[in-house]
Amino acid sequence: MSKYRCTVCGYIYDPEQGDPSAGIKPGTEFESLPDTWVCPECGVGKDMFEKV
Amino acid sequence: MRYEISKDVFWVGAVDWSVRHFHGYTFNTGSGTTYNAYLILGEKITLIDTVFGPFAAELLEKIAEIVPPEKIDYIVANHVETDHSGALTEIMRAAPRAKLFGTAKCREGLYRHYYGDWPFQTVKTGDTLSLGGDKTLTFIEAPMLHWPDSMFTYLDAGQVLFSNDAFGQHLAHSKRFADEVEPGILMREAAKYYANILWPLSRLVLGKIAELQKSGLPVSMIAPSHGMIWRGDRGVILENYARWAQNRPEAKAVLVYETMWGGTEKMAGAIYSGLLDAGVETAMFDINRADRTEIIGRMLEAGGYLCGSSTHDNSMLPNLAGFMHLLKGLKPQNRIAAAFGSFGWAGGAVKEIEQIFRETGLSLACEGISAQYSPDPRDLEKCRNFGREFGRKLIGPPK
Repeated sequence: MSKYRCTVCGYIYDPEQGDPSAGIKPGTEFESLPDTWVCPECGVGKDMFEKV
Repeated sequence: MRYEISKDVFWVGAVDWSVRHFHGYTFNTGSGTTYNAYLILGEKITLIDTVFGPFAAELLEKIAEIVPPEKIDYIVANHVETDHSGALTEIMRAAPRAKLFGTAKCREGLYRHYYGDWPFQTVKTGDTLSLGGDKTLTFIEAPMLHWPDSMFTYLDAGQVLFSNDAFGQHLAHSKRFADEVEPGILMREAAKYYANILWPLSRLVLGKIAELQKSGLPVSMIAPSHGMIWRGDRGVILENYARWAQNRPEAKAVLVYETMWGGTEKMAGAIYSGLLDAGVETAMFDINRADRTEIIGRMLEAGGYLCGSSTHDNSMLPNLAGFMHLLKGLKPQNRIAAAFGSFGWAGGAVKEIEQIFRETGLSLACEGISAQYSPDPRDLEKCRNFGREFGRKLIGPPK
């Protein structure tokens, strides 16, 4: 499972953690996040993330 | 004086003629700035943003010339930052029945600024708010343009886009419209604003402009939170934003240096002559005498950067180091760069500057050039050739 970094604010999406603030369960791959998911820190979209 | 910028829409902001340092000391405002707030007279009286705290009384006076402040029904907070929300505590006191509207991040952020228990409705992109009659607001979230909470608000009557910090300028002026300002001054301030605040967010700027165009909302006026309001010339600022955001600079050079005893300064002068030999328009700045905000503004249009420093404690000098740190954070792309500097014994500054250029993602056009102590005529001739070579690379092969 790959981590992804927000190129705007530096937040790391870790699939092992998921994103509880948005109801994303641990074990969710970045690719499986809904298109409406945004960076929990700065609010930008998935397209602003890059693989770590 | 009442400033009706569009039918039933009034500018109720403040002009700050005295401010010279903004965001702490990150932005030098050569001629002050404005904090733009707008009052819409619908069936529901609506205030778009407020002003910096010290100007709260001025905002209330301006509102009172149009309508008693206690009659305000809605306040839209497009952005948490204190230069736009600083008067909220006093406004909420003066307008006790007012309800706030903003993004979810705005709600969190306002609480962390003012700890007020205010009625707040969270809004998202596409949400609308009827002000009665022919007036409806549409909200457009704009995360990281330039904070997570940032938002634009659109008024259908008069087709006004309240863009908050986007499309602004730090410019104090007694007029309100962009077309009332000398165009060179206006665009220089807009470029400085873009370069120093929005440059690292360029991809988001391009995305937001595309989103606005796709939304089909006709825009006749762009009313930002700082500086002048765009009406007939709104296309010009949109075109410039798109161009700046694409990082497609011109074949111009900016040369910035810091010198201890004048050796690096002499090198800078010779490199400058070489750039001119190559036919490249060049601007040269001593970091300790020039205005940092102005230099960054010039760098927005330039495709070649040359930075130099004497070596001190095996490193570059501290004020150039601060500048390089600032430049790296602004993430300029598609540019070439080179380093230079004098040294006494081991050196170190040139390698350090080159390392920062690499980390910024800029390609090194020439290997850095050094000279021991005070450069002699041969060193200066090498510097001049270095400038010529850099200039040729900047212009590119003959077309």
